[in-house]
Amino acid sequence: MARDTEVLVLGGGSTGCGIARDLAMRGLTVTLVERGNLTDGTTGRMHGLLHSGGRYAVSDRASATECIEENEILREIAGHCVEETGGLFVQRPEDSDDYFREKLEGCRECGIPARVLSGREAREVEPYLADDVERAIEVPDGAVDPFRLCVANALDAENHGARVETHAEVVDLLRDGDSIYGVEVRHDSGPGKRTHATPGTTEEITADYVVNATGAWAGQIGAMADLEIEVRPSKGVMTIMNVRQVDTVINRCRPKGDADIVVPHETTAILGTTDEEVADPDDYPEEGWEVDRMIDTLSELIPILSEARTIRSFWGVRPLYEPPGTGTQDPTDITRDFFLLDHADRDGVSGMSSIVGGKFTTYRAMAEEIADHVCEKLGVNASCSTADEPLPGSETIETLEAGMDDFGLRSPVARRSKQRLGSRASEVLETEKPNPVVCQCEGVTRAEIRDAISQSGSDLNAVRIRTRASMGNCQGGFCCQNMANELHPTHDEETVREALDELFQERWKGERHALWGEQLSQAMLNYALHATTMNRDRDPANENGDVDFAAFDGGRSGRTRVDGSRRAD
Amino acid sequence: MAIEDDVLVIGGGIAGATAALAAAERDVQVRIVSYKQSTLRNASGLIDVLGYTPAGDGPLADPFEALAALPEGHPYERVGSEAVREALAFFDEIAGDAYQGSHTDANALVPTHGGTVKPTARYPTSTAAGLASDDRDALLVGFETLPDFEAPLAASHLEATGAPFAARGVTVRFPGIVRDDAKITRYAHLLDHDEAVETADETRAGEPTAREALAETVRSHLADEARVGFPAILGDDRADAVRADLADRLGVDVFEVPMGPPSLPGMRLEDLLYEALEAAGVRVTTGVPVVEYETDDAEASATGPERIDRVIVDRNGAEIPHRADQYVLATGGLVGKGVRSERERVFEPIFDCHVPHAADRYDWFVDDVFGDQPYARFGLPVDRDLRPLDAVDDPEFSNLRAAGAVLGGYDFAAEKSGSGVSLATGYVAGRRAAEGCR
Repeated sequence: MARDTEVLVLGGGSTGCGIARDLAMRGLTVTLVERGNLTDGTTGRMHGLLHSGGRYAVSDRASATECIEENEILREIAGHCVEETGGLFVQRPEDSDDYFREKLEGCRECGIPARVLSGREAREVEPYLADDVERAIEVPDGAVDPFRLCVANALDAENHGARVETHAEVVDLLRDGDSIYGVEVRHDSGPGKRTHATPGTTEEITADYVVNATGAWAGQIGAMADLEIEVRPSKGVMTIMNVRQVDTVINRCRPKGDADIVVPHETTAILGTTDEEVADPDDYPEEGWEVDRMIDTLSELIPILSEARTIRSFWGVRPLYEPPGTGTQDPTDITRDFFLLDHADRDGVSGMSSIVGGKFTTYRAMAEEIADHVCEKLGVNASCSTADEPLPGSETIETLEAGMDDFGLRSPVARRSKQRLGSRASEVLETEKPNPVVCQCEGVTRAEIRDAISQSGSDLNAVRIRTRASMGNCQGGFCCQNMANELHPTHDEETVREALDELFQERWKGERHALWGEQLSQAMLNYALHATTMNRDRDPANENGDVDFAAFDGGRSGRTRVDGSRRAD
Repeated sequence: MAIEDDVLVIGGGIAGATAALAAAERDVQVRIVSYKQSTLRNASGLIDVLGYTPAGDGPLADPFEALAALPEGHPYERVGSEAVREALAFFDEIAGDAYQGSHTDANALVPTHGGTVKPTARYPTSTAAGLASDDRDALLVGFETLPDFEAPLAASHLEATGAPFAARGVTVRFPGIVRDDAKITRYAHLLDHDEAVETADETRAGEPTAREALAETVRSHLADEARVGFPAILGDDRADAVRADLADRLGVDVFEVPMGPPSLPGMRLEDLLYEALEAAGVRVTTGVPVVEYETDDAEASATGPERIDRVIVDRNGAEIPHRADQYVLATGGLVGKGVRSERERVFEPIFDCHVPHAADRYDWFVDDVFGDQPYARFGLPVDRDLRPLDAVDDPEFSNLRAAGAVLGGYDFAAEKSGSGVSLATGYVAGRRAAEGCR
C-alpha cells in the first residue's frame, strides 16, 4: 500500500529536526509532526550550553569525547547559532583538589583542550568571579541558541523536501496487528502554517517507518500502541539575568550538584540548574525555592548575582532513560547517553523506533545514528552528510559580514540582526520599505518579524523564538503589541488579538518567577500599559461588544451626525 | 542651615503636583522635591476616575455613582466622593482649555492605540474629536515608520468593540521623516515648526511644509469621514495650532489617539502642571532623592506618633537637610519606585512605612496576567486624613500624608482610576497639610 511518507518523525525538538534534516538530505521523503511549536519541549527549555565535554570528563568519558567532537562540528556547520565564549571550571576553597585534578586529566584524555588558570588569571578573564576562587580550568565551552539551531534544521529539512507540521498533536498511533504504520494527528488550525481561531481538523498520516523522537513524552506516545517506554522525566530550573555578568561559561568544579553553571546567552546570562524526577512532563510544580537556590548558590561563585535583576525563570524536563533493571535512585546519576529502542526487537512490534535520553550538544550525532538505523530498516543505501553541510544561515558568514551594508539601520541593531540571520541577512533585510525596530530591547526589526511570520503564521511565540523579539528586559510589555501589528493585514483583527493575548500570557508565565525588585516594577509597568493605556484586560471586543455607547460622553457639543456641517460650529 | 518650608511634597507626578498646588492655595510656603523623571511619560495623558468597579463591572458610564460602593480602605473611600468632585473641579481650573469632559458626569470612551476603547473622565482636547461615543465615521492614519500604531488594525478592532461608527485605517509615509527609527519628538517637532520637507512629488514648485505635506498625503485617502485620527504625535509645544491647521486643510475634525511611552500627551500634562506650580509660587527641586529623615525627639510622646523634623536630600553627594512643618509623600507605586521590593519583602524606601504583603512572593501574583493581581495593590494603607498607618493601624508619623500611587488597596490599572486617585488624594493631602501648618 502506498504511504504518505517514507519516514514520519514525531517531535519537533533538536533530535526530531536533526533526524528530519538528515533523512531528507539522504533523499528520503520525510514528514515531521510536532504538538506545539518547534522547540516546545526540552530543546526550548535548556540553558544554551554547547558542551566542550568538560562537564562529563570525570564521570562519563565516552560522552565527553563525543561532546568535543560535536562541539567542533557545530562551530563549523552552525556558526550563526554558536557563540564561542569559552568556559571555566572554577574551584572554590571548599571544593576538592582531587576532583580538580581528575577533571583536568579527564579533559586531556578526551581530547578537550584544557588549561589551568590561577585565581587571579581567572578573575582577569571574568572580573566578577569571587575573590576566593582559587583556580580554574579553561575549556572550549560555548553558548548555542537552541531555537535558531533547531529551526535551521527544520528549514533545511524543508529545503530538502520534508513536510514540517507544527501544532499537530499525535492523538493515536495507527497499528495493524504487530505493525505500526502511521499516526493520527489533530491540527490546531488545519494543516499548513498556523492561523489562530480556525477550527482544528484531524489527519491520518501513514508512513513506512515511524521515529518517536518525543523525548520526555516518548512514554505517552508508546502507550498509544500499548508499548511500555519508561522515560524518567527530570525537571530543572533556569533563571535568566537581564545582563551578562559573565562572558564565559562558568561551571563549578565539583561533582554533580544543583546550581553549578552560568551560561552567557545573547544579552543575558542563564543560571542553571536543578535535577529532580517528576511524574508527568506536562505538570510539575515550579517553586520559588528553586529560583532562590540558583541565585544563592551561584552567588558563591559570582557575588553580584545576589543583587542582580532576573527577568524570568523557566523549567525544562530532561528525557532521562536507563535500561530496565539499573535501578538508579538519583536522577543526576542516570546516564545522559541516548538509547534507540527498536520496538521490533524489543516488543515484537515493527515499524517504529523510539529515541530516549541524549543531550542537546550531540543531537546531530544521535540523528546520524538513528537515520542510519532507519535507512537500514528501509533498505536505503545513502550516507550522512550533516557534519559537512552548513545549516541555512551559516553558509558564508565571513564574506557576507565583510561585504554587507548596514541596511540603513543603526549599527548595534544591524550587527545583531546579522548575527541572528547569518548568511540569510541580505535576503531578509534588503527591502525598499521602511524597516523600523519593533522590539527595542533586542533590536529586532520589522523585516525580521515579517520573515518569521512568513515561516510560522500567526503564532507569535514561533516568531519570538526565531527573532528573540520580546525576550529582553521588558519581557514583551513594550513590543508584544507591535509584533502583533505586523500580522495585519495578512491575518484578520480577531486572529491578531488572539495571537497577541497568547504571547502576552506566555511572557508573563516565566516573568512571574522574577517578581521582585526591578522586574516587579517592570511587570507593573507592563500591566499598566496594557490594562490602563490600552484597556486590554477589559476589552469590549472580547466581551461581544455589548457596551451602551450612547450612555457615555459624546463630546462637549453633544452627539453629532455626519452632515458635513460640523466644522461650521 | 536647613532649607525651610511649610509644606514639603516628595514626588513630582500628578499626585505630588496636585498636593503642592492645593497646599499653595493657602498662605503657606510649598516645595516639591522629586528624584526621577515622573512616570507621566509612560501615561496616556487621560484622567481616569473610575472605569470599572473592583469587581470588574463596567465600563461605567457614571463613575460617581460607583464611588459610594467602594470597599473600605480604597483611596476614594478614604477621602470621600465629595473630595473626588472637588479635586476634579480643581484640575479643570488648572487645565483650562487643555482638557475636556467637565461638562458631564459621564465617562467618555476613548479609542486606544491598540484599537480598543477605554472609559475616562477627562481627556486632552486633542483627543476630543475622537470619542467612541460620537457616531461620526472616522479615518485613522498610521505611519510606516511607527510600528506602535497599525491604523487599519486599530480601525478594525474599534468596529469589533461595537463602536457606533465606521472606522477605516490607512498607513502612509510621514513626510520629512527619513530615518526608520526617528524619535516621536522628531515628528512632533517637524509639525510644531512646520518645517519644509522633501516629498516625492517633483512637479511642485518649492518644498511644502510638514503640515501641508501631511494634509496632502492624507487628503487622497479621505472618503466621506467627518474626522481623522492620528497617533499622538501632532506637535508638542504647539499641538493646538498643528491640529487646527491640519483640520482646516482637510476640512474635517482632527484628533489624536493616545499612545504608549514616550507619550506626548503625558508629557504635555506634565508641562501643564509644572507651569501651574511656577505660577503658584511653589519651589521645585528636581533630580534629587530624599535619602533619610530625622524625627523631632523633643516632641515624641510616649503614646502619639512621631513627628518628622527634617528629611535629608542627596544633591550630588552633598546631604542637604530640608525641614518643613508638614510632609506629603507622593513618590509613586512600583513603577515610580515609591514602593520597592526584594525577594523577601515589599517596602517604602524613604520612611519605611508599612506595606502590607504576603510573606511568600509566590503569593504576590496570580497566574492569569490580567487576573486579580495582589502586587497591583501594593502600597500604603492610610487613615481618613491620608496619614500612613503601621501594622496595627496607628499613624506612622503625625505630620506625614501620602497620595497617589504610593497608596495601596486599589488596582488602578484594572479600575482605570490612576490619575483620579492621584488628583483626589493629592488634593486632600495638600489641603490638609496646609491646614495642619502651625
